[in-house]
Amino acid sequence: MIPAIVVFAYLGIVLYIGIFAFRRSTGRQKAEDYFLASRSLGPFVFLLSLFGSNMTAFAILGSSGHAFNNGIVTFGLMASSSALVIPLTIFLIGTRVWALGKKYGFMTPVQMFRDRWECSHIGTVIFAVQAVLLLPYVIIGIMGGGTTLATISGGFVPFWFGGAIVAMVVMSYVFFGGMRGTAWVNTFQTILFLVFGAIAVVVIGYGMGGFSAAAEQLQASPATAPLLTRERISPLYFFSYTFIPLSAIAFPHILIFCLTARKMVQFKKTVIFYPLCIMAIWLPCVFLGVMANRVADVPQIRAKQEARRVLATQGKTMEPEQRDQLREEAAGDDVILRLLERYAPLWLAGLLGAGIMAAVMASDSQILALSTMFTEDVFAFYGGKRRFGEAVQVQTGRIFVIVLTVVAYAIAMRAPEAIFDLAIQYAFSGFASLSPLLVAALFWRGSTKWGALASTVWTASAVVAVAAFQAAVPAPAPGPPTVIWSLGGTEILARTPGGTAVFGFMPVVPMVIVSALLMIVVSRLTRKPSEATIERYFERAA
Amino acid sequence: MKRTLLVIAVAVVYVLHQDFWFWRTARPLVFGFVPVGLFYHACFAVLASLLLWLLVKHAWPSHLEREAESQTHDHEEEAR
Repeated sequence: MIPAIVVFAYLGIVLYIGIFAFRRSTGRQKAEDYFLASRSLGPFVFLLSLFGSNMTAFAILGSSGHAFNNGIVTFGLMASSSALVIPLTIFLIGTRVWALGKKYGFMTPVQMFRDRWECSHIGTVIFAVQAVLLLPYVIIGIMGGGTTLATISGGFVPFWFGGAIVAMVVMSYVFFGGMRGTAWVNTFQTILFLVFGAIAVVVIGYGMGGFSAAAEQLQASPATAPLLTRERISPLYFFSYTFIPLSAIAFPHILIFCLTARKMVQFKKTVIFYPLCIMAIWLPCVFLGVMANRVADVPQIRAKQEARRVLATQGKTMEPEQRDQLREEAAGDDVILRLLERYAPLWLAGLLGAGIMAAVMASDSQILALSTMFTEDVFAFYGGKRRFGEAVQVQTGRIFVIVLTVVAYAIAMRAPEAIFDLAIQYAFSGFASLSPLLVAALFWRGSTKWGALASTVWTASAVVAVAAFQAAVPAPAPGPPTVIWSLGGTEILARTPGGTAVFGFMPVVPMVIVSALLMIVVSRLTRKPSEATIERYFERAA
Repeated sequence: MKRTLLVIAVAVVYVLHQDFWFWRTARPLVFGFVPVGLFYHACFAVLASLLLWLLVKHAWPSHLEREAESQTHDHEEEAR
């Protein structure tokens, strides 16, 4: 119960920061102030809160859970590829979007697309697809909050209540504090997690009797030795994952966040330190997830290991529903919390739990981004701001925050999938597939609104098709995939234990490539925006 | 020339991510407990940071900032 009390105290501090930020902006009912903190964030807050916006329940609970079942490959799959691709895209795209936002007053990506391609309703289609894809991100934040509080309190706080508390806290400081409150909370949370992540590794390592012995024991057992290598993952699958981080810059909350910097020079430290921040957070999570396989005296972890063993040995003869049940039992989203519960003293477990809570609650940025998009891309665009004024626009944004949080909570209570799968299969692949829109808008004079529409419709269709395919074809047992379509000995479409494979790649690869091709082909066939508009975007460098 | 070299550097770092050479081995365990494949990718993150430092130093799009600041200044003047 003590850890739960510490976590509740932490939630109180977070609320205070949000409300404190609100006080600073009282009386300034300007949309730019509420949604973008008046484009005034300094370098320190900009780096830490931009990074914190990307570190969600997926990064902390999902990564350690994935590492628990798949081994060290998790770090190479997502962390090190993100360490290169995300800062690179912030360097190339984020800086340009910041400059355009400063020049033309954009507050959302869709505003920029509408201006760049001289379109209106096509912008609304892009908004709708972005909003639907962003919702899972908010949902996993609430699910992560429920899981964390339930585990830390030893079941005293049930999952539904924990999720509700997290949703309420996040909703409150986003409602009152807007972007300024969210940015300061994210900064506080990122510092907390960076500090406590390192402490967690030391404490758990000490409790386990040192990592050297644990690593040797994992290596000695045929069942766990592959977790220290990547032999269970194909190189094509590994390569596919480098496409996933393209999603980061296409996420509206990241792009909107790029608009909050006071000066462009603030991007410099952000892009240089971003890879190191990723390493500092993911390395402990992945490593502890792998090491959890050595733990024999935690019944919940033993149950997961047993479910995984049964799935591997008897999965082929089971019904799909039984396999799904075992997968759910083997899911490792709470292993890092179980380790803390077992090896950390009570007060420290509370502090470390608060650190994890910090990362889990990063869904605030997505909620605020959705609110910004709704009020700017729909409410203001279709005349609401003109008719009712800017103060009503901000109030609409706040009401939207409440409605969205309630909807996300309701879905989170019913969604059965592991955090990692839910996020990766829908939100990440979808946004990666939307990244060609940004590249085309900023770097290609010949791009058109019809090309943008083609890419967007393709992205939406592909996400729905993958989801429908995986719902229709049950996941096979661990081992070779179920080939659905092959031609001349080449596997074209297959259902794998973890998802779908197209020519051996994850669906994100063909999704991004086809999206880019559609942008090129359709743009070449259709009329470009006026020369005056194009000139505004491609002024010659002095 | 400088731009070409930087593009090549980005491509090389991207290729280095696909390290097939440590695919099937955990040893040596660096510091006695970190599998070599995991250590390699931690070093890769440091390399990515160095690459970004190079890009910031040699390819920073400072013209964008100048344009944005001057245009913002013009708008403020007009507003007055």
